[in-house]
Amino acid sequence: MSLTRDEINLPQVTGCNERPVLKQRGQHEVFCGLTGIMWLHRKIQDAFFLIVGSRTCAHLMQSAAGVMIFAEPRFGTAIMEERDLAGIADMHDELDSVVEKLLARRPEIRLLFLVGSCPSEVIKLDLGRAAERLAVEHSPDVRILNYSGSGIETTFTQGEDACLAALVPSLPPEPDQAPAALMVVGALADVVEDQFARLFEEMGIGPVRFLPARLADDMPSVGPNTVYLLAQPFLTDTARALEERGATLLQAPFPLGAEGTTAWLKTAADAFGVDEATFNAVIEKPKQRAERAIELHRDKLEGKSVFFFPDSQLEIPLARFLGNELGMVATEVGTPYLNKRLLAHDLNALPESAHVSEGQDVDLQLDRCRDERPDIVVCGLGLANPLEVEGITTKWSIELVFTPIQGYEQAGDLAELFARPLNRRTRLEV
Amino acid sequence: MQLTVWTYEGPPHVGAMRIATAMTDLHYVLHAPQGDTYADLLFTMIERRKKRPPVTYTTFQARDLGGDTSQLFMDAARDAQERFQPAAMIVGASCTGELIQDDPGGLSKTMGLPIPVIPLELPSYSKKENWGASETFYQVARTIAPQGPDKVEADYKSCNIIGPTALGFRHRDDVREIVGLIESMGIHVNVVAPLDASVHDILRLKQADFNVCLYPETGLTTCTWLKRQFRQPHTKTVPIGVNATIDFMRELAELTGISDEECETLVQENEVRLPWYSRSIDSTYLTGKRVYLFGDATHVIAMARVAQKEMGYQVVGMGTYSREFARDVREAAELYGIEALITDDYLEVEEQVQNLQPELVLGSQMERHIAKRLGLPCAVISAPVHVQDFPARYSPQMGFEGANVLFDTLVHPLTMGLEEHLLHMFRDDFEFNDAAGPSHLGHGSSKTAPASATSDETQEKVSNGPLTWTMEAEKELKKIPFFVRGKARRNTEKFAGELGLAEITMETLYEAKSHFSR
Ligand code: SF4
Repeated sequence: MSLTRDEINLPQVTGCNERPVLKQRGQHEVFCGLTGIMWLHRKIQDAFFLIVGSRTCAHLMQSAAGVMIFAEPRFGTAIMEERDLAGIADMHDELDSVVEKLLARRPEIRLLFLVGSCPSEVIKLDLGRAAERLAVEHSPDVRILNYSGSGIETTFTQGEDACLAALVPSLPPEPDQAPAALMVVGALADVVEDQFARLFEEMGIGPVRFLPARLADDMPSVGPNTVYLLAQPFLTDTARALEERGATLLQAPFPLGAEGTTAWLKTAADAFGVDEATFNAVIEKPKQRAERAIELHRDKLEGKSVFFFPDSQLEIPLARFLGNELGMVATEVGTPYLNKRLLAHDLNALPESAHVSEGQDVDLQLDRCRDERPDIVVCGLGLANPLEVEGITTKWSIELVFTPIQGYEQAGDLAELFARPLNRRTRLEV
Repeated sequence: MQLTVWTYEGPPHVGAMRIATAMTDLHYVLHAPQGDTYADLLFTMIERRKKRPPVTYTTFQARDLGGDTSQLFMDAARDAQERFQPAAMIVGASCTGELIQDDPGGLSKTMGLPIPVIPLELPSYSKKENWGASETFYQVARTIAPQGPDKVEADYKSCNIIGPTALGFRHRDDVREIVGLIESMGIHVNVVAPLDASVHDILRLKQADFNVCLYPETGLTTCTWLKRQFRQPHTKTVPIGVNATIDFMRELAELTGISDEECETLVQENEVRLPWYSRSIDSTYLTGKRVYLFGDATHVIAMARVAQKEMGYQVVGMGTYSREFARDVREAAELYGIEALITDDYLEVEEQVQNLQPELVLGSQMERHIAKRLGLPCAVISAPVHVQDFPARYSPQMGFEGANVLFDTLVHPLTMGLEEHLLHMFRDDFEFNDAAGPSHLGHGSSKTAPASATSDETQEKVSNGPLTWTMEAEKELKKIPFFVRGKARRNTEKFAGELGLAEITMETLYEAKSHFSR
């Protein structure tokens, strides 16, 4: 099926229903965007992420998820030292020589990201300029891009947003006369990506391209004929960058759970004029599998209350899934940043009783959480054990980012992630 | 600029967190961006502490930078004081906070908070975690301790135990062991700090006759100051291992006027199994095992002595990332006729381990990874720590029980003596095939290859190089137990290389064996 861009049925633009959002500004208990490197460096197999930062940044990277299991990971930190800051050493020269050494050691690297941190930003080290300069020297063997994963600019998953947004301008252009093509945007586990690719293929939409691709040289091309679906909700800047290249967003709910995945796929199917019968035939079996898998966990989760601390920006789609597909009751849904355009569908699906909060004052939020005593709390690693000690069951939010949860085949796993901590409580008699 | 993947130590403000978290009523207000809050999980996840660390982060953002970040700091400090009601507060900046130069110390002075506020200057771009912990505790002691009541004369001798912190390698258990040991000598323990100490306890530091400097990395600066300020001498021996523990008791005896005979009696009263276990014939196979050590200075120096003198191993290499104690480690290394490696670059450590080919590595979590990659047995004896380094059971490193623990720790990773022979004899038997690791390490006897054997295999391929092995020599090599095969191959190739041989025959293999046999 080959359609021109004009033949694409764009979904109606959905706005957000009015609802109060609690905005707070106090201590944030969240990771910075550097953490995104932990999954991005696994995803893009020939990319290296060089953080230009401090010992703190390096320490974060090795502590945050126990990633030390990767012997020689494709990330590292160029730690700024006193002599760099005092101007004794020229920071750009230093950086050049670090990159030189690094690329000599890792000849398989095709794409190098210089990743800015808080210290590099505060001293206004121009990594864009550095990337341009280094690119001259190392192209065409290695492409060099830069983005900021700093904690003063980005929260956790926003690091991926910044990375992909940096990648977009370098994507090859799509010829003007090219047929309309679907791009799926946001890092997904390879297994999930393959499942989606198969489903689209069976519907006759394709070839579907994924951003990011697994290899630097396979990045999808983009142009006015590109329509894209977001696979992750936190891609605000990436969406903007794609639109600057002429691409068009297919606004959709996020592909979590059976309903979420169906609605997400349906948005693309409708856009590409896939008929109802074909669509239903393609999704029938996997959808049933997903529903069955979810159903297995319903008795453990139905009617249970859930409270989200802000973390990955996945909170709203997750709350939608837990509420609509498992009968759970979201009390507070905290998110570090609320993009009402991208999240409109999921947000509108939340009942009024779910209090949405944006930003954080962690001490006040802990007070609210203790008052409510929800059945399960989704929170970061710093808060989980202390809450458990108080008798509150928790689910670490980072697991939701590291585990494949999108799509039909993962819907049961996603439900299980919430059921397990509750299940564990009922087993233990100590 | 230094390229790093893994670091041995965190930044100095993490050291300050280890002090605040160790103490019961000290709060830390840290001028830092939101991402720095990751450090909380070191305490709640790795150490499994039940409470959040007493740290308030200002979490300033880019948009605050043009505006008033100092106000943000002051608001955070005031809120923290009101909410947590600490007995005292430490204030400072992380690496980013340092760059925006808001001077948390100066700001907090102007605020008129009703509690002592201790400003910290921890240079993030030149210093590291242990230094930060040491400096922080020193500043706390220096501010609080002089305010305490003057020493009251008592008819007993007493001491403070200085140095244990949160997130320390076995600090919790070491303290229990050493308090018991000191009390068994009739000496009163006045204060243990910073671990589980209150600000009020710091006020009582003066009351002791002397200090036990348990961990020099975090305690020596304070002990030195206490000596100068209150004329309290401090101990020099770190009681890790049987001999060091006895030395430590003798040092205590001298400091408290216990006679030599009395001290020997006290020593005899303790039951310790290490000496007999080491002498029992089953341990013969440990003789001269080549050991490599790397970690913080305290543990490396002490463990080298245990390995060499109490286990009968041969120390073939040692080093530390504690630059502040480089001299001590160098001196200790001289005792074994080797040169210490002082570095915080794990790649250098890896290279040295590779070159020295030890039979056992004693190190931190970092060396555990290095050893795993090289297929070498390893035991963890030092920070940086991992969740496994906080075992549920009582597991001190110090004192006599600590010595017992060390015997087990240092033997466990190795294949036991008799087992080594059996593995060789039955190497074709399915239960004893090459893929079967030491039976007690739980790899079972299945066909799935354990990590050590796998990496051994990969190394064999890697080290093939330009040299060719005759079929016969290759076959003979296979008869050598897998856990020493990699080494035999490397040695033979090295030997052949030195002689300029292009082919390795069975003859060469045995020539090399005799060349390298010690
Ligand atoms: S918050 Fe800033 S300084 Fe801290 S780890 Fe992240 S980028 Fe580095």
